[in-house]
Amino acid sequence: MIEFKLPSLGADMDEGKLLEWKVKPGDAVKRGDIVAVVDTTKAAVDVESWQEGTVHELLAEPGDALPVGAVMAILLEAGETPEQAALAKASRPTPPAVSQPVTVPTVAAVEQPVPGEARRRISPAARRHAMEQGVDINAIIGTGPQGAVTLEDVDHAAAAKIEKKDRGAEMRRAIAAAMARSKREIPHYYLAEAIPLERATSWLAQENANRPVTERLLMAALFIKTVALATKKFPEMNGLYLDGNFQPAQAAHVGVAISIRAGGLIAPAIHSVEEKNLTQLMADLGDLVQRARAGSLRSSEMSDPTITVTNLGDQGVASVLGIIYPPQVALVGFGKVSERPWVVDGALKVLPVVTVSLAADHRVSDGHRGGLFLAAIRELLQEPEKL
Amino acid sequence: MDNQQIKNIVFETLSSIAPELEPSEINPDKMLRDQVDLDSMDFLNFIIALHKRLQVDIPEADYAKLTTLNEIVAYLKARLGQI
Repeated sequence: MIEFKLPSLGADMDEGKLLEWKVKPGDAVKRGDIVAVVDTTKAAVDVESWQEGTVHELLAEPGDALPVGAVMAILLEAGETPEQAALAKASRPTPPAVSQPVTVPTVAAVEQPVPGEARRRISPAARRHAMEQGVDINAIIGTGPQGAVTLEDVDHAAAAKIEKKDRGAEMRRAIAAAMARSKREIPHYYLAEAIPLERATSWLAQENANRPVTERLLMAALFIKTVALATKKFPEMNGLYLDGNFQPAQAAHVGVAISIRAGGLIAPAIHSVEEKNLTQLMADLGDLVQRARAGSLRSSEMSDPTITVTNLGDQGVASVLGIIYPPQVALVGFGKVSERPWVVDGALKVLPVVTVSLAADHRVSDGHRGGLFLAAIRELLQEPEKL
Repeated sequence: MDNQQIKNIVFETLSSIAPELEPSEINPDKMLRDQVDLDSMDFLNFIIALHKRLQVDIPEADYAKLTTLNEIVAYLKARLGQI
């Protein structure tokens, strides 16, 4: 028996609300299949399965608020029968705990009443309450006897309305919690280095001149790739600090800081960046930005970045000294690429230059290694054709 | 296609990327990226969308000619005239 649990969706998310199941009992599920959609403060997340099995029982219902780790469903392992699963379940000391179910606030999608159908039952108290709350009573699905709209239904509708309006505020709170935790727990150190980009910019211009517009590369893709490659020699920058121990990651799942237009920030991962060529990486980046802004991400993208890259310079700042996203241990920031005076072989030249910065966790690495890490990024950017 | 038609298409395309855009507030002679919050990914998507909509190829080397709304309209008009 496999207990399918709500995975962690990042340091600033400790619960989600089940929006819908994408599977039903009897369905076979593979690793990576999307089994449910869960709403968080930042996005509607497609929750993927990490195991292979057959769906036996769905324990959570759409509308349920679930803490991270809550058992959402029971899957059967290959060859397991429902009876065996029931035995396994019975032998557990406590039944899987699903948190307080929350009634689905239903404000939209009322079935059109058939003309001539019995009048909707709405108590005068509920009608008055709806007016006070500014809720459209005709849009509320009643849960009382014979579909009557109750005071409670109005409350739920009013709460849902506030919830929608407060999404921005909620995201702000979630970011605040994660960043405050980071500053409280992680002894950051900061380093910065100016990197000449003459080769990278001219290579990119030449490359893009030969590419159709839909496959053009951005400098950001080069930055992300170099960071991933540099972590191969500096594993202490790539991984998670959990329970007092640093666990280096095998692959570089690079979290990309993406600003949301309505306000807020999200940093989902591009997986195994070191294995991707720039064309693939650029396609993944474009797709990720588009989905992050549309509010549709996958659980693995939310939960498993192993290092973060922020490219704030794109909007004009000279450099960015970031805050590490826990439990990660490093964040690399790129400032604006701008033309600056630069000395080459004793002569002054004007070159495109970027300031790259590192915020790293002193519990895991020291400034000396951090400096070498930035130097590795600099060297990789001098040979863009090898990325 | 006249200037106004091209301008409308440019605004429609921009709005799909930056929904908060208010066309009436755009100064056509000032830098567009100073007036609309566009990062390089947004700008690339803008160029791709214009390419798809108008079948105009916009080489990256020409980006420097596309900094204001009036420049973009003039550029597109010239390119469309060549087709």
